[in-house]
Amino acid sequence: MTRTLGATAAGGSAAQEPPVLDVKSLRKVFNAGRPDERTAIDDVSFTIAKGEFVCVVGPSGAGKTTLLRCISGLAAPSSGTVRFEGRDLTAVPDEIGVVFQDYGRSLFPWFTNGRNIALPLRARKVARPERDKRVREVLEAVGLGHVEKQYPWQLSGGMQQRVAIARTLSYRPDLLLMDEPFASVDAQTRFDLEDLILRVRKDAGITVVLVTHDIDEAIYLADRIVVLTGSPSRVREILEVPLGPDRDQVTTRSSEEFLALRKHLLSLVMPQ
Amino acid sequence: MNRRTRWARLALAVWLPVVVLVVWWFASATSNSPYFPPLTDILDELVDEWVFGDAKWQLLPSLRNLAVGFVGGSLLGVLGGALLWRVPVLRRATNPIVYFLYVLPAPALLPAMIALFGLGEVRQMALIAFGATWPALLNTLDGMRGIDEVKFDTARAMGFGALRTLWQVVLPGASPQIAAGLRASLQVSIILMVVSEMVAAEEGIGYFILEAQTVFAITTMWTGILVLAVVGTALNYAFVGIERRALAWHYGSRRIGGGPA
Repeated sequence: MTRTLGATAAGGSAAQEPPVLDVKSLRKVFNAGRPDERTAIDDVSFTIAKGEFVCVVGPSGAGKTTLLRCISGLAAPSSGTVRFEGRDLTAVPDEIGVVFQDYGRSLFPWFTNGRNIALPLRARKVARPERDKRVREVLEAVGLGHVEKQYPWQLSGGMQQRVAIARTLSYRPDLLLMDEPFASVDAQTRFDLEDLILRVRKDAGITVVLVTHDIDEAIYLADRIVVLTGSPSRVREILEVPLGPDRDQVTTRSSEEFLALRKHLLSLVMPQ
Repeated sequence: MNRRTRWARLALAVWLPVVVLVVWWFASATSNSPYFPPLTDILDELVDEWVFGDAKWQLLPSLRNLAVGFVGGSLLGVLGGALLWRVPVLRRATNPIVYFLYVLPAPALLPAMIALFGLGEVRQMALIAFGATWPALLNTLDGMRGIDEVKFDTARAMGFGALRTLWQVVLPGASPQIAAGLRASLQVSIILMVVSEMVAAEEGIGYFILEAQTVFAITTMWTGILVLAVVGTALNYAFVGIERRALAWHYGSRRIGGGPA
């Protein structure tokens, strides 16, 4: 059911294409061979098809951020493989965009919003006129007006995270990785940003992997949910979310299917 | 409103200097002490010596030595700090010697500098540069080490190379503390400028003050001290002005509510 959904959003046939992301037996150990050795991720495998929206949920401290760092190429796994579009990851590929949890830490306060958004474009040697055009485009796409000449710290938290999202969208990545992107904003802004990211995903046909500890958010956003166990992480279950492509904060969240999924997920995530 | 606060701020800044000058003026008006001549005499002499006379040319070699020494020393400090930040092994290996040189009073090195560079202006520039290096170096190192790891993750996620990361993340991220280091370096430089001119020198404002005192021209000596105070203050304000402008983002984000630097 959801497979077809993801494929429709991408506008192609997902079944024949290789997965965007293929994670096999991923394991991450910190301080290996030392007394303070700690296994953050024990054994995690999953694949992400083109156009899918997948949420990764797990109890806090389950190594979700570590997992995201490994699948983005920011950190190397201790063993196992991560393949993006058929290639092994050595660094963050140009086609992956990462949105971090804390906009206050990921935006550069010494540059204006426009300059922040243009940074990845400059790194990709995009010429000036095209850069300016893209900055305006993505600012519009995230629902921000004329904030190019302002600094990030002159905006509210929600607006800053919009700038951070716009910066990642500016270079049109194939895969968007988000690490608890709405954890640092208030509830109302959170709903707005959730709908924003669903719209962006639909418009751009982008593949999204979003890490969160909020199971309601995961059900509302995802086509599939990867549920992790507590530390060290393993995959507890991967479940489909048959809620259709169009979602609405009020009706979706109060639907029977939503509540049934919520009950099931809670039983998985809550400590026994 | 805005205008009023600006005046209030100005008044707050100048009231103490004004009070000091007024007290000095009246307290010294009837002074017979050869060491503390009336302020009126000093100001008359100042105009004669520094405005109409040739004393002002003493400022040129001093400021030249200061400029070369401060710029050279700070540059060395910032580069050295960046190097120590980038190469942790080097940092641990040089840590004791860096602190040793930092706490060593630079004027104590004057005789060594004379032996090394002779009596000319090179020796003075070298001493100033030596003193200016350490505050710049230590603050650069601290500032760069204090940059949030997430900033580097972000840079890597956006596809930044090493050079781009240096220019757009490391230097701006450390710039508030580098600026603080440079300001400390400037103050050390001014002190060393005067001190170096008081030992075996033949020109400069330090030489002028010491020479006046030696020939018992106390009023002339006071004019030198006053000019030195004015020059030092002006340089400091110029530095702060440039800093405020260059780091407008930093002061702006702090004013708005503790935004992380």
